[in-house]
This record gives sequence, C-alpha cells and structure tokens, in this order.
Amino acid sequence: MNFFDHWALTGAIFVPVVGAALLGLVPRRSEVALKAGALVASLASLALVIYLMAGFDYGHSSRLQFVVNDRWIDVIHSHYHIGLDGISLPLLALSALMTVLCIIYSWDHFPEPHNPKAFLILILVLGTGMNGTFGSLDLILFFVFFELVLLPMYFMIGVWGGPNRQYAAIKFFLFTLFGSALMILSFLALYFKGGQTFDMIALRHTVAAASLPTATASLIFAGLFIGFAIKVPMFPFHTWLPDAHTEAPTVGSVILAAILLKLGTYGFVRIAIPILPHAAHTWAPWIGLLAVIGIIYGALGCLAQRDMKRLIAFSSVAHMGFVMLGIATLTSFGINAAVFGMVAHGLITGMLFFIAGSVQERYGTRDMSRLGGLLLQAPRLGWILGFCAMASLGLPGLAGFWGEFPAILSAYDPAAGLSLVTFRVYMAVAAVGTVFAAGYLLWMLQRVAFGIPKTEFEHAHVHDLHVPEYLAWVPLLVLIVALGVYPHLLFHITDGAVKVVTSGLHTAAGGVAAGG
Amino acid sequence: MLAAAGFHVPNLDYHALAPEIVVAATLAVVLVADLFLDDDNKWLLSNVSGWGLLVALFFTIELGARGHTASMVGGAYVVDDFALVLKGLFLVVGYIVLLMSANYVEEGDYYEGEFYFLILCSLLGMVVMSSARDLITIFVALETLSLPAYMLAGWRKRDLRSNEASLKYYLLGVLASAVMLYGMSLVFGFSGSTLLVDIGKATQGTITHAPLVTVGIFFIAVGFAFKVSAVPFHFWAPDTYEGAPTPVTAFLSVASKTGGFVALLQIIYIGFIGRSDVWGPMFWALAALTMTVGNLIALRQTNIVRLLAYSSIAQAGYILVPFAVAGSNTKSIHSAFTASVVYLLIYAAMNLGAFTVVIAVARKTRSGDIASFGGLYEYAPGLTVLMTVFLFSLAGIPPLAGAWAKIFVFRAVLDSGTSSAVALGIVAAVNAVIALFYYASVARVMWMSPVPDGDRTPIRIPATLQAALGLTVLVVVAIGIYPQLFAHLGDVASLVR
Repeated sequence: MNFFDHWALTGAIFVPVVGAALLGLVPRRSEVALKAGALVASLASLALVIYLMAGFDYGHSSRLQFVVNDRWIDVIHSHYHIGLDGISLPLLALSALMTVLCIIYSWDHFPEPHNPKAFLILILVLGTGMNGTFGSLDLILFFVFFELVLLPMYFMIGVWGGPNRQYAAIKFFLFTLFGSALMILSFLALYFKGGQTFDMIALRHTVAAASLPTATASLIFAGLFIGFAIKVPMFPFHTWLPDAHTEAPTVGSVILAAILLKLGTYGFVRIAIPILPHAAHTWAPWIGLLAVIGIIYGALGCLAQRDMKRLIAFSSVAHMGFVMLGIATLTSFGINAAVFGMVAHGLITGMLFFIAGSVQERYGTRDMSRLGGLLLQAPRLGWILGFCAMASLGLPGLAGFWGEFPAILSAYDPAAGLSLVTFRVYMAVAAVGTVFAAGYLLWMLQRVAFGIPKTEFEHAHVHDLHVPEYLAWVPLLVLIVALGVYPHLLFHITDGAVKVVTSGLHTAAGGVAAGG
Repeated sequence: MLAAAGFHVPNLDYHALAPEIVVAATLAVVLVADLFLDDDNKWLLSNVSGWGLLVALFFTIELGARGHTASMVGGAYVVDDFALVLKGLFLVVGYIVLLMSANYVEEGDYYEGEFYFLILCSLLGMVVMSSARDLITIFVALETLSLPAYMLAGWRKRDLRSNEASLKYYLLGVLASAVMLYGMSLVFGFSGSTLLVDIGKATQGTITHAPLVTVGIFFIAVGFAFKVSAVPFHFWAPDTYEGAPTPVTAFLSVASKTGGFVALLQIIYIGFIGRSDVWGPMFWALAALTMTVGNLIALRQTNIVRLLAYSSIAQAGYILVPFAVAGSNTKSIHSAFTASVVYLLIYAAMNLGAFTVVIAVARKTRSGDIASFGGLYEYAPGLTVLMTVFLFSLAGIPPLAGAWAKIFVFRAVLDSGTSSAVALGIVAAVNAVIALFYYASVARVMWMSPVPDGDRTPIRIPATLQAALGLTVLVVVAIGIYPQLFAHLGDVASLVR
C-alpha cells in the first residue's frame, strides 16, 4: 500500500477536526475567513473520500480496503484499526458530502445567536465523529467516535435551536448516553467473553469459537440492541427524536436525519449481527415487530402534526422502520435494501429538512395551517418540495423506492429458521405503511405548496432560491435521481460486503434448523 | 525490628531522597526569606516555591528514568516506581496549585509567605507518603500533610465561613486520625510490627485473633474514609470546600485526597492483601454509597464550588470501586490497583482544571453561583470551552481523559467478574449517567443562558492561570486521544506481587 493509500482514510476522518482546531485561532470577526476555512477543511475531507472511492476495488467490495491497524491502547488491546468495505464506503461518502453541503447552506443563513465561528467548528467536529464511526473497525475506537458526535450536536441544538431547545438538547443527550452506557458494557462483555479483543472483524470468529451460552449472547445483544435502537431510533425509544429534530437549527436537523440516525442502523449491520448471529436470529422477530410498529406509529404521528419539521421528523421514524425491517429479515436481500434505505433516507430527508428550514426562514413559521401557496410565491422551492415529497413516499424512479420496496419484499422470504407467517404479516403491515406515507407527504405538500397564500403572507415578498441553496441542493437532487434510475450504482457496492455480514447467519440458521 | 539497644544511623540513599530534600530546603528558604521581604516583594516567594517544586520534579523524573530504587530503614521507606509516579503527581499538582494561587493570594487580603510555606509543608507530607511503607511513617506523613491544610482552609481570616471551614476540617480530621491510630495500634498489637510487609505476612491465611485484625482494619479504613471524604464520612467536605479559598479547595480536593488514597493503596495492597474478606465488602458499601450520595446531592447544588465538592465526593466513589473488587484473584488485584492509580492521575488534571476556570471566572463575577456563569460563552469563549472540556471529562465522555479512567474501573470490575463486582459496576454506570446531568447543566448555563447582569466585558486571565489551564487541558486532551501515553504510568505493579 503506498503512502497516500495508507493515510487517505485517516485524513478523511481527521482533516475536519484539524480544520476546527485551526478555525479556533481565527478571530471571531473575520467571518469570511472562517467560512472559507471551514469549507476548505470539509472539501479536503470530501476530496480524500473521493480519492478513496476512486481507488476502491469494487470487484472485491466484501474485502476491507485501505486498512490501517496500528497499536493504540496496549493495556486494553485496543487498536487504531480503520478500513472500508462496501457497506461503510457509501455511508462515509454521504457523511463527507453532507458536511460540505451543510457548510455551504449555512453560508448566509447562520441561525441566531449567529456566531459562525462556533457553529462551523461544531459542524467540523461532527464531521470527524461521523466519518470516524463509519471507518472504525475497533469497538473502542467506534465508541469514541460514536460519542464524539454527541457533544457538538448537544450544543448545536441547545444554543442555536428553537424556543424549547434546552429541553430537547438534554433529552437527546441523556437518551443517547443511556444507550451508549449499555453499549459499552456490551462491548466490554464481548471483550471478556469473546476472545480478549476489540477488533470487530476478529470478534466474528473468536465469539463463534468461544461458543457463548445462549443466555449470555442474548444479553450482550440486548445491550447492543438498546444502544443502537435509541440512535436509530426505533419505537419505543424514539421520543427524543421529534423534539431534537424540531428544535435543532436547520443544519442540525439535516445532519441528525442524514447521518446520525444511520450510526444506529450501521451499528446493527457492522457489529451486532455479524458478531452475534445466533442472538440476532433469536431477536429478529422482535426487531421486525418494533420496526413495523415504528412504520405505522411514525405515519400516524405524521398525520397529527401541524409543524412541518415535526412531520418530517416523524416520517423519519417510519422510514427507519423500513430500514430496520430489512435488517430484521437477516437476508442479504433485506440488508442490501437497508443500506440503500439508509443512503436514500439520508439524501431525501436531509433535503426535506433543508426545505423546511428555508420555508421557516421565508415565512417565519413552520405551522402548516398558516402556510400555503408556496408554488405561487417561490415556485422553484415549491417544486423541489414536491419532488422530495415524491422521492420520500417511494415513487419508482427516485432513490426512496429502492430503500422501501425491496425492504418490504425481503420480508416475504426472511432468513431460514425465521417464522414465515410472522414476517409476511410484517410485510403486509409495512405495505400499508407506504400508503400512509403517501398520505401524509401529499397532505404536507398540499398544505404548504398548493392553494393560495394565507392573508397574513399575501403581500409578503418571498425570495425564491438563493445561491447557497442551489449549491447545497443540486448534488442531493442529482443523487436522488441517479440512484433512483440506476440503483445498481449502489447495490453493486454493498452486495459483496452484505454477503459477508450474512455469512455468519447461514451457519446460525443451519444450527437452529438442525437443532429445532 | 531493631533488636539492638543502641541507636545506629540508618544507611540512607541521599540520591533517592533528593525530591524530599529539595522540597524541605525550599520550604525552609521560603520561611526565612518571608521574614526579610517587604510586602511589595512577596511575589518572589511564589517563584521560589515554584522553582523548588520543579527542581524536585526534575530529580523525581531523573530517578524514574534511571530506574533507581531504594529501600531504607529496614523497608519502612521505599523509593520505587509507584512512589516516583505519585511523587511526580504531587509535585505537578503542587506546582499547578501555586500557579492558581499566585494572583489570588497577592490580590486578596492574605498572608503570603506563610501560605506558600504551608503548601510546601503539606506537599512534603504527600511526597513522603508515597514512599511510606510503615504504619508510623504513614501516620507522620499524614499529619504532615493534614496540619498545614487545616490552617490553609481558614486562610480567609475575616470570613466566618472560612473559619468554620477550618474548624470543621480540623476537628473531624483529628477525630479521624485518632480512630485510625487506634486501629493501627490494634494491628501492631497483633502482628508485632509496624512494617506493612510484616503485617502482610502476619495477616495472611487463617489467623488467630481474627476479630482483632478485623476491628483494626475497620478503624484504619474509617480513618482514611474521612480523609478521602467517602460517604458517610464526608460531612466536612462541602462546607470546608466552600469556605476555604478556592486554590486551597482545589488543593484539598485533589492533593490531600490523593494523599489519603496513596496511603490506603499501600496499606490495603501490602498490609492487608490477605484479608480481602474483611475490606472487600466494606469498600463495596463505601464505594456504592459515596458515588450515589455524592451524585444525588450534587444534582441540587446552586454554588459551583459546592457542586465540585460533591462531584469530587462522587469521584472518590469511583476510585473506591477497584478496592471493592480487588480481592477475587491475582489478575483482578493487578487491574484494580492500576485502575485506582490511573483514576487518581486523571482526576487530578481534570479537577484542577475545573477549579482554575472557577477562579478565573470569579475574578470578574466575584460570585460562586452557577447562575453567575450564565452566558459565559459570549464574553469568555476560551474559558467556556475549557470548562466544558473539564466537565465532560469529569463526566467520562470520550475522547477525553475521564472516559479512560472510567473504562479502567470497568475493566477492573469485569476482571474480577464476581456477581457482586458486576452489581457495583452497574451502580457505577447508573451513576455516570446521573453525574452527566449536573455536569451538563453547568455547561448549559455557560452556553445557553443569558448573561445575568448584562456585563459582557471580557475576563483578563493572568499568565499564571493561563499556564495552569494550558497544562491541565493538555493532559486531559492528550490522554483522551492517546491513553497509551499514560497507561504505563498507572501500571506500577511494584506494590502488588
């Protein structure tokens, strides 16, 4: 491996935080320098990710590439072990891209109390945390990055958020921290019971070799499950999400929806399932149950909202339900759909939150009963909202479809040993969920974009798209179409890696089938 | 031990004693120089003290780098890795406290020369404590470090709270010493020796008069529980911490507490290692109570110093956890010992840092209310970021040093693996979440509340405080990112064989 290949991933992870440290030295008054510096740091990170994508061997997407494995903390045998495969690469790319777009979007739109310096530093620190989580192959390293994301998001919500921001910020923090406490206990238990290593890849074999008692494995899985499920969030751990999303500033909501939620689902795919396939098999029907409850509950929640952002937040609960349903089937088909769903949801819901932010900025409210006629006053913004609503409800030809439809389909034929009847019922329920999704998204579109403006905004001057909005949104819109028209673009990257994830399951299912 | 009637001069290794000698010489110089300096030149004393500590630190590092070890006075005074690491810690802590005090003492209405003299005296006691492997030496070291601290607590001479702080600390401290001394006499009566090594041999395995030893251990542990302010022997701490001048509070909550723990580590792991059936459950209860009570009361505090006082009580609980789980097997003894030492080192950096920020902010606000930190971010962003780092490190959020301290504790718990150990681990984990709540609430006030009186003039931070902040934050962040840097310092297994 040449020098650049060795350092590119490390660079992609740490360039943002180094940029943040340098921004700390720039005086607060020189806003342009601050913005330019943040943009350069995030672009450099994105450039490195693009370099990694160019050098990635797509023929062997199941193999970990660009691996660095150095000593880090000897006393607990934790290594600085990073690398990419077909599952982490698209998510890393999404996270690096979103960081750039959020900085561009914020260019002239810093929320109150303004202070671009601190705001940009927080975005960059978030960037490092997110990129690092997707790149980590060591549990302790993963944990550190996973937690690193918490603090900046806490401050972003708490300082720049809406009226109820302090409550939302601490709720977000405590929920996630509770999950992480259980998660780290499970990590330590894996270390002690499963082979004295924190290496995610090695653990797949050592845990299997250690042949844990079923009860122990189930308990460890439960700890991981709660930790990740809070982050996803799955019903009934979702209650932090509507508050956090609603109160967060636009960029905060976008990053939360596009990336942070994926950290949870990624944890399932990367850690919980491959390392503990037997336990995953035992738990799968329950995960599937919570997933479909989430789909229906999220959809019903949407129908009860007046606030546009809160509606989108609840729609996230529903969409992540589809992702989790795909994962719960434990088939490579389902998990492929889930990874696709993560990326698609990141692009689409990220866009929807951007739009909600722009609407709020123009009208000073997100209350849908006061809005209306966006298509008349700002036609481009209105049409983009319509486009994203279509993408979100799973219109074929757009990215959302390939996350949702295969996930539902995969429930028809779950992994061997899982109850067919149960999963087919889930499938039917999830299919009903898509109808609801069409319902609430069109309802939102109708109330915000159609009709004529309400009297209070009748004569308001509403500016259509600004330049930063164009720049931030076009890449996302292009990707939504590209992935929708040609899903193979993503599936051929993920497929090989997903097969590795499910390979442990075949033996698990075989064992169960033979045993039962 | 000394069977011969006549006294013969012990064979001392003066090189190994260099740090002690330097500190003793410095404090003598400070005491004498104070008599001849007029008020305008008293600042020299703080410089002299600081340089003295740096020279002592140099010798400590030099001894450590050479791997120089020595055992003197029949094994009562030992210089080894453990002793050197902790001497280094005490000297650095002492230096940072001097940096914190320089302006505080100069600008307030305080006796200056005596202040530095007493700090140095107390430090000398701590440095000696690191090497003390004998009950009498431990007792002498403990009194040397405590007596100056009693006086320092009352250093705000015209403030009733400060007088109360001093008196309360003194009375309870003396009571603790008396209880401890009684325990020591029982142990001596049983084993016939004051050397910890001999006591260790005598108390191993099945023994006659087991109740006698049990009572002895109990009293000694109670005595130290006062020193480290473990619940239910913590009542002096919040009042004393609030009343004492803030640099002294930092000194008490870090250095003095560490002194107590160092003595406890030596007594338990050398002297009573065979009697874990006695002290294991005791420390279990102490640790669980200390963490829980400390954290729950901290939730309700409105004064930042009192909050830090209760938080430091809770932190002592985490340091006690490894003691409670050490007994089950050799491996767990080793990892428990390491966990306590690592925790002490990291705790010192983050707690001192937090107190330094409190001092810096109080220079402007003249208040200890948490509310007075409102909107700090708007006029002192640097201090706010630093305080946030220290608070979240105390809470144990990675990638800051405090997270590793907690992970080491959890490792000790799981290495022991008994169900009672795991139960204590769960208590500790729940407490970590409770603690986050009040640490985060201080952060919330700093970042998200408005400035209470609307006064946004920036805070001028003297160079000494800047140095103290720089040192502490460097340690907290560097260890947080690369704990390996530090892990071998905690891995001083020379005590536990």
